[in-house]
Amino acid sequence: MSAHAPIVDARAIHKHFGHLHVLKGVDLQVAEKELVFLIGPSGSGKSTLLRCLNRLEEPTSGSVIVDGIDMLDARTDINKARQRIGMVFQSFNLYPHMTALGNVALALRKVQGLGKAAAEAKARAALDRVHLADRADHYPLQLSGGQQQRVAIARAIALEPRVMLFDEPTSALDPELVGGVLAVMRELREDGMTMVVVSHEMGFAKAAADRVVFMADGAIVEQGVPAEIFAAPRHDRTRAFISQIERH
Amino acid sequence: MEALIPMDIFLDTFFNWQIVQEAWPILWQGLQATLLLSALVVPIGVAGGIILAVLATVHSPWVKWPLRVWVDTFRALPPLVLLVFIFAGLPFIGIDVGAWGAVAIGFFLNTGAYYGEILRAGIESVPRGQLEAARSTGLTRGQTMAYVVLPQAVRNVLPDLISNTLEVVKLTSIASVVALPELLFQARQAQSVTYNATPIMAAAVAYFVLLWPVVRLLSRLENRQLAGRQ
Repeated sequence: MSAHAPIVDARAIHKHFGHLHVLKGVDLQVAEKELVFLIGPSGSGKSTLLRCLNRLEEPTSGSVIVDGIDMLDARTDINKARQRIGMVFQSFNLYPHMTALGNVALALRKVQGLGKAAAEAKARAALDRVHLADRADHYPLQLSGGQQQRVAIARAIALEPRVMLFDEPTSALDPELVGGVLAVMRELREDGMTMVVVSHEMGFAKAAADRVVFMADGAIVEQGVPAEIFAAPRHDRTRAFISQIERH
Repeated sequence: MEALIPMDIFLDTFFNWQIVQEAWPILWQGLQATLLLSALVVPIGVAGGIILAVLATVHSPWVKWPLRVWVDTFRALPPLVLLVFIFAGLPFIGIDVGAWGAVAIGFFLNTGAYYGEILRAGIESVPRGQLEAARSTGLTRGQTMAYVVLPQAVRNVLPDLISNTLEVVKLTSIASVVALPELLFQARQAQSVTYNATPIMAAAVAYFVLLWPVVRLLSRLENRQLAGRQ
């Protein structure tokens, strides 16, 4: 693998849900340490594309290579491959019957096979990175939405992934809690994490993204550096979407 | 005075302390057998239920339809008939599993189907995001089921599971048809020896003492769930 090969290489992705053609031949390459923002109106396929990258969604056709591993090859150990791809969801999806520490430690123990002590030490370090070391013994219901989402980030980064996928990580949060989550994401970026983010946080996109990809109707309409996309979009659809978003 | 005589006969026939004392050794044996039977068939039923509920999450028609037929069949068949068939019918084709074996198999089939339906509802009550989060960290399907989905599923349907368990314990009385000396069987034996219905009443009291704490626990759980929903 050459040094400049993209770490995420998705090509000609098609996805059908019954009669719906949700992705129409999308190509997405992400370089190492790059932060790519996927934006677009709801139903444009951006979340589906994200979910195809770790095969939570099975593309109807196309190829997905992540960190040199063919994600769609039947011979690929998908569970092993998924450890390299962290994912954060809109609705947090923390396990309600486990503490924050338990949430982070589960995969460390059962997937990576660490002993209890080693897994918990690693889980505590991950919680520390999201500034929640003091909440290790709290259950999800005892945490605010923002704290829950940070625990979810800790759960993903504890496995030391090569890529992080964020699916609208702040959409379910009260406005005053968004900042804490974005701050953690910014720190991850500064640590050199490769990130693909589906989000409407345009301020964050302008400040932190290397590239913004605008999708509509299951296809990429245009992409470029944030300044370009936000200040001088070339397509009408992009312009309409951005002016609508910025009005809010 | 005359009105008292039927009352005396009633008390003498149904609540005769003398008879309780005489019949106690037989009843005690029966109570032990009932406890042993419950300790056998409840875990067997739950295990059967877990297998059926997990199979129900497989989206293949090759699993779905046989499973449907299986569950419907063993819920519809009267457990008594099922038990008699296994105990007395199967030996004709060379399968003789004995009384305890017949009870174990019969309850696996019947009770397992009921537990299975309850647990299936529990599994369906766990949001899909839980499964996706677990799989995204590399947990296998089985690990996700065991550590993430089932614990939440059981918690969500705990009152139904306990309620079904109450029924199962009472249903162990059908073991008498294959001559297992469970509580009600022993009580009827004592009744036929003493010509008195008191042993049956004593058995009823024993069931009550056994199950009442479980009933209390159940209504506390139900109240808590009701409160949690508001």
